[in-house]
Amino acid sequence: MRNPTATQLLFEMSCAGRGTEVFPASDVPDVTGVPKIGADFLASGPLPLPEIAEPDVVRHFVNLSTLNMSVDSHFYPLGSCTMKYNPKRHERLARLPQAANSHPYQSESQVQGLLSVLYEMQTMLAEISGLPGVSLHPAAGAQGEFTALLTAAAWFRDRGENRTRVLFPASAHGTNPASAALAGFECVQLSGGRDGFVDLEELKAHLDERTAVFMVTNPNTLGLFERDIAVVSEMLHSVGGLVYIDGANMNAILGRTRPGDFGGDMMHYNVHKTFTGPHGAGGPGAGPIAVRDFLAPFLPAPVVTFDAARNWYSLSVPEKSIGRVRTFFGNVGILLRGYFYIRTLGGRGLREASENAVLNANYLLSQVKDFLEVPHGDRCMHEFVASAKRQKDLTGVTTMDIAKRLLDYGFHAPTVYFPLVVEEALMMEPTETESLQTLDAFAGALRKICSEPAELVKGAPHSTAVCRPDEVNAARKPVLCWSAPNC
Amino acid sequence: MKAEELRYAKTHEWVAVDGDTATVGITDFAVKLLTDIVYLSLPIVGKSYSPGQAMGEVESVKAVSDIYAPVSGEVIEVNSALPDNLVLLNDSPLEKAWIARLRMHSPSEAGSLLSYADYVKHCDKAHH
Amino acid sequence: MAYLFDTPEQRKIMFDAIGIASIDELFQQIPAELQLKRELDLPPALSELALEQDMQRRLGSAGGRGTCFLGGGVYDHFIPAVVDEITSRGEFYTAYTPYQAEASQGTLQAFYEYQTLISQLTGMDVSNASLYEGGTAVSEAVFMAMRINGRHGRVAIAGTLHPEYRQVLETYCSRLGTELVEIPHTNGVISAEACRAALDSETCAVVLQQPNFFGCLEDIRGLTDIAHAAGALSILAFDAVSPGMLKRPGEYGVDIAVAEGQPLGTPLQYGGPLLGIFTCRGDYVRKMPGRLIGKTTDRKGKECFVLNLQTREQHIRRDKATSNICTNQGLLALRTTVFLATVGPAGMRQMATLSHQKARYAAELLTAIPGVSLKFPGAFFREFLLETPLPACDMLKALSDRGYDVGPDMGRFSLTSVDGWQNCFLVALTEKRTRAEIEGLADAMRGVLERV
Repeated sequence: MRNPTATQLLFEMSCAGRGTEVFPASDVPDVTGVPKIGADFLASGPLPLPEIAEPDVVRHFVNLSTLNMSVDSHFYPLGSCTMKYNPKRHERLARLPQAANSHPYQSESQVQGLLSVLYEMQTMLAEISGLPGVSLHPAAGAQGEFTALLTAAAWFRDRGENRTRVLFPASAHGTNPASAALAGFECVQLSGGRDGFVDLEELKAHLDERTAVFMVTNPNTLGLFERDIAVVSEMLHSVGGLVYIDGANMNAILGRTRPGDFGGDMMHYNVHKTFTGPHGAGGPGAGPIAVRDFLAPFLPAPVVTFDAARNWYSLSVPEKSIGRVRTFFGNVGILLRGYFYIRTLGGRGLREASENAVLNANYLLSQVKDFLEVPHGDRCMHEFVASAKRQKDLTGVTTMDIAKRLLDYGFHAPTVYFPLVVEEALMMEPTETESLQTLDAFAGALRKICSEPAELVKGAPHSTAVCRPDEVNAARKPVLCWSAPNC
Repeated sequence: MKAEELRYAKTHEWVAVDGDTATVGITDFAVKLLTDIVYLSLPIVGKSYSPGQAMGEVESVKAVSDIYAPVSGEVIEVNSALPDNLVLLNDSPLEKAWIARLRMHSPSEAGSLLSYADYVKHCDKAHH
Repeated sequence: MAYLFDTPEQRKIMFDAIGIASIDELFQQIPAELQLKRELDLPPALSELALEQDMQRRLGSAGGRGTCFLGGGVYDHFIPAVVDEITSRGEFYTAYTPYQAEASQGTLQAFYEYQTLISQLTGMDVSNASLYEGGTAVSEAVFMAMRINGRHGRVAIAGTLHPEYRQVLETYCSRLGTELVEIPHTNGVISAEACRAALDSETCAVVLQQPNFFGCLEDIRGLTDIAHAAGALSILAFDAVSPGMLKRPGEYGVDIAVAEGQPLGTPLQYGGPLLGIFTCRGDYVRKMPGRLIGKTTDRKGKECFVLNLQTREQHIRRDKATSNICTNQGLLALRTTVFLATVGPAGMRQMATLSHQKARYAAELLTAIPGVSLKFPGAFFREFLLETPLPACDMLKALSDRGYDVGPDMGRFSLTSVDGWQNCFLVALTEKRTRAEIEGLADAMRGVLERV
């Protein structure tokens, strides 16, 4: 039960002098034989951190946690984010000693078990994508995009080519252009066809010897499978360019089709989405990439290799590697959870998971399309984008109002106002781990909201601890840090 | 200043010409489109811009828009009081909310900007 | 098997509502020739029990691991149980980015507290809500410096910076034409003369580390003044534990301070996921990468928290965003929030002081062994570079065989800027190491050398 009194900040709970000794007293003698740190380097006093007793720390955070919606407690159809059930069985396994407590500079002989698992993960991700070269190194999907683009750039350079442009549709995730710009490419945005698919004529008009990569999410952010993807791929290849598949929506196609089979040259996985990992209120993720064989020599370092003759796993640097994009090996803790997921589902289970994700999305679509516009047809893959434009025009109720009102009914809101190509967008991704009853309850709530008085909906949420924070004032006069009164 | 007496860029900047000096601001239409403006970054004094080049930015909570130089010229003065009084953009877009003064490289460029009537037509089209 | 629960009757209801007779009809959206006609070739599905047995066999042993004296950016620190207990609560663990403020006040307030705690730890004005890890935080800091002063020509990097941080920066800058200039060290630290000589009017920033990769202390204030005099920014990577005992980055006047946050409540996990701490001066806040939480009020005037200054981020500014980061390290930031709230100023002081005292004791014992010496003469905090008569890889292997994991050795990074690098390696201490373990390490090293 929510505790209405418990929203004090940690800093307001602090009481000087309360700090307890956390650690035992020093058990080593003072020594004189080594150089002493000069006074110039030493802190002048204790850190200005709060002093709080452990029971109060626990109560504080437990109370804060009750102000959150989460997959464990609520239906969370946040499109593009694949908020599926997080298997609890992964957690204990991720804490096994070699997984949790290995230092990254541990010798290879001490982590053979762990490396064998990571090597197998590489192999499994290659099979699932149909792309043989895998790097587990990138920390999240966006870093995977950046890394793959650098890998492509290195391949072009190796061939003596200087290609400068990365193309993407307007419906792309913001990370695509951001990663392309970070990787030093010029960004070219295509508007796409009215039907939601890549417009082949428009694409053709933009392809030339400057084209490096076309980045496309497939299924795309409207929840549609790019039916012409093979043609798109041929078009890119015919001008010497490459196709990048943003793998954010892999949960729709596992075991049904593979990026490598439909013409992708490289892709990233969002392990924490597709193969489950704690979304952790924003992260961590893991963003492994998979690439065609000719790109593999350029992958970032390190990768795990296996010497069958010696039965030995090692960390290796690919022959023409672009180098590292982060310290150490990768987000091992998340990669392991993805590995556990794949091992417990197997090939058939992954396919069933995707089938049910697509079934659930289509069922939800069928239940909302008579009262919410769905501009791109009555079939979708694992997610679809509805629009509240009609509601807005008729009653003034916006997508944001509907999203907020859903919270009152105990549902997390869908992704709103994305993709940018749909006005008043509500992007819904139910995932496969939701039952018919939950989908019906959610559709019922949406239906009800759409017939509620506009004032009621515009005033929502009515049941949450706070209602419609003032974002304008927050941005005009940012307060990003607590400071002591009168300081 | 009267809106009818000013010249306009399609990118929603207004220009008041006085000799070789152009005073530049953003239009009421642009301000309304962006909704509540939360931040504005000014051009750099002494820097020269060519027409259509971004010289500043306005932000709402969920969108960013470049402010483009409507004519070529060197920035000789900026309205440094504006970023802390963004409400002026709503209250007094043509008087107190001017953004920069440029010394025009070729004052004749101003002639190719839109008249008020044409700008209004342009906005009507852009909005539908 | 997949986590599914609809009965055949329920599936029938769904099929009818959609107007399909089989699941295959839904997949007709994928052209037939692109569909996979076989099952994925993956190991057979395992039950929870079978998976647990397999993983116990492969990951359940410590792999012959010994007592940890390993350093080089992440360390074997103690984590109070309260950190695991709190952060594994599903309400934090299985929520995502707090886009809907009303459904995420728990997360938002916790991250606002994180930002404040990190400001208190560093003495810097603003902290973001996390980046991936220390290495990318350095690269993001350099890119931010370029946005601030518009200089793209050169970046001066201390020769005492973590070599992997440098490698990451090399990759990040590889297509920008920015030249990375190394500031050579003298006896393990950067001199004012060397720093000055490395700078010119095109230099965007100076990248320093405190304590540096070799464990030594740099004159960050002096080097920062030199950077500023040249119109460059000062970027500092610091040891997240060090403010418990040493001056905070803010006291040196640096512009951007970053750190690997792992020591503050995150397990080693073979190097990831970790926590990128990122802080800067207040006037640069709109150039910052990553998420920021701000305090505001709601419709009823109640104090609350929101994602703030989002126009910097990729979902709004796209190719002009201050970074491409989206998913960050929220859970690790939460771990650090709980950690710092629990240990407080006294705990941080203890943690830093104990690590330092034990490092001094270890150095004293180890350098008493004939042929073993500190590579550099300067003072160190919790980690030091040791030189022995043996090639470092042989020495570390022999120590490992005796139950002591030490390093990394300089050969791992081809750090040729250190004379005799082949025989040098790092030794790192934390509050966890006991006197008996330290003495055991000294005995082991003595034993190895006596057998040569």
